[in-house]
Amino acid sequence: MIISVASGKGGTGKTLVATSLALSLKERGRVQLLDCDVEEPNAHILLKPAFVGSEAVFIPVPKIDESKCTYCGECARICAYHAIAVVPRHVLTFPELCHGCGACSYLCPEKAILEEGRQTGIVEWGHSDGVEFVHGKLSVGEAMPSPVIRKVKEHANGGGIVIIDVPPGTSCPVVEAVRGSDFCLLVTEPTPFGLNDLVLAVGTVRELGIPCGVVLNRAGVGDNKVERYCHDENLTILLTIPLDVEIARLYSRGVTLVEGLPAWKMAFVRLFDRIGDIANERSGSAKR
Amino acid sequence: MKEVVVLSGKGGTGKTCIVGCFAALADSKVLVDCDVDAADLHLLLNPLIQENHEFRSGQVAVIDDQRCTKCGLCQELCRFEAIKDSQVDPIACEGCALCFHICPDEAITMEERLSGQWFISDTKYGPLVHARLAIAQENSGKLVALVRQQARQIAERDGLDYIISDGPPGIGCPVISSLSGANVALLVAEPTLSGIHDLERVLAVCRCFGVPALACINKYDLNEDNTHHIEDFCRRENIEVVSKLPFDNTVTEALAKHLPVVEYPESGVAQGIRELWHSVYNLLTQAN
Repeated sequence: MIISVASGKGGTGKTLVATSLALSLKERGRVQLLDCDVEEPNAHILLKPAFVGSEAVFIPVPKIDESKCTYCGECARICAYHAIAVVPRHVLTFPELCHGCGACSYLCPEKAILEEGRQTGIVEWGHSDGVEFVHGKLSVGEAMPSPVIRKVKEHANGGGIVIIDVPPGTSCPVVEAVRGSDFCLLVTEPTPFGLNDLVLAVGTVRELGIPCGVVLNRAGVGDNKVERYCHDENLTILLTIPLDVEIARLYSRGVTLVEGLPAWKMAFVRLFDRIGDIANERSGSAKR
Repeated sequence: MKEVVVLSGKGGTGKTCIVGCFAALADSKVLVDCDVDAADLHLLLNPLIQENHEFRSGQVAVIDDQRCTKCGLCQELCRFEAIKDSQVDPIACEGCALCFHICPDEAITMEERLSGQWFISDTKYGPLVHARLAIAQENSGKLVALVRQQARQIAERDGLDYIISDGPPGIGCPVISSLSGANVALLVAEPTLSGIHDLERVLAVCRCFGVPALACINKYDLNEDNTHHIEDFCRRENIEVVSKLPFDNTVTEALAKHLPVVEYPESGVAQGIRELWHSVYNLLTQAN
């Protein structure tokens, strides 16, 4: 069971929900938390894992063998990302623009392009209080988080419970993180920003064909338009967390909700069971 | 003409609320929303759209079923796992065109992708350039570059002195695109351990691209110990903390009414934001 926790808008409580959900499910079997917000990973601040391993993330970029190159310019014409330019008797590469597709190397008529790895981030793993933990960190100054996210997800175990902490937004890094999930929880807040970005996030998740439900955080401020939208769109609000300065203070100190206020654990276990029911119902109806 | 971009690393720290207030306080400016994947600034500025343009960027592979002999070479060579059973997953496709070049049956064409829309609008506070990336699209960095370029053209045409830009969360592609070439970056931090961690990373990106940074601590009274940590960190890094804003429910009340909180001039936070703009304005005027 892979559950991703996404939001559209940043700062709505994805990491708060993902960490407490993971900690609440330890009795249900093997639990893994994958922090795929590789630009600004924060789950480790709450879970404080003991790291036991790490792996650099490389993308393959072209390396020109000038002894074979005839400067024909085919590689520069093929590259969709303008990462290669051929000038008289010299080939310039721009590794930071390269997506690592391999087209130049495969199509070079002289077989003069090899590939070398360029590090764009790191993946680290460990464990924290019975939860297996994996996160990735995009190197500062790098533009493309997707290869780091893919590497984090390679660590997903088969069979157990996998919780994925997704970056904010609705574009390619979100798609990369959410793709392949059995269910997506969308965390929002009852404000016009929360609603606007929830609508966008629902669009992305539905495009991927993944069932979703809503966690309404900081309930009690703002307005009731998120509830109205969820009702109209047939989206279930699976958990409501009130606006509570005590909860905000716990988070500010890096304490998870279920650790600081253990009564919340039951709510997260119930949340998991409701997700299971929805996912089963859906796969049942898909079979019919 | 000078440009300030408001960034934070972590999402939800208050970037858009602050930019909305700057819109109300500043004279002679263009506003630009660089958070193209989950744009929210328009919700505070109630724009009247004057121009609406399509954003076409990148390409996507399309397989012609009639010509395809299902040899599987494209699937084998695609590094983005975007082809399965001779069908292209347009969300996974990165438009590299390797499949197009290698297909022995010439069954693959590359089609231009409609990746979003961008708008030039009038607001009661001045012109706004904003955009909407289509669902699950990439190339948000290019769309950011485009809206910034449009804002610059409007400022030049109308003789406006400032560009005020609402940045995206994170540190990757759209952040780099928002930041490069700006005169000043205002970093909005919140006093949580996550907020401190993310501030450090986004500051490193500012350094990487040579953009001078200022910091502002939002909701500083949520955790005053962490506020002191941020102040110490900024002192060590030689970054001026130009403002500390209190937690104030008036921000959410104003947001629910789609208004920048400075429209409630008697609130404590409005006073703080007026002083913040004054400091940013002074530094921006002196910036190179």
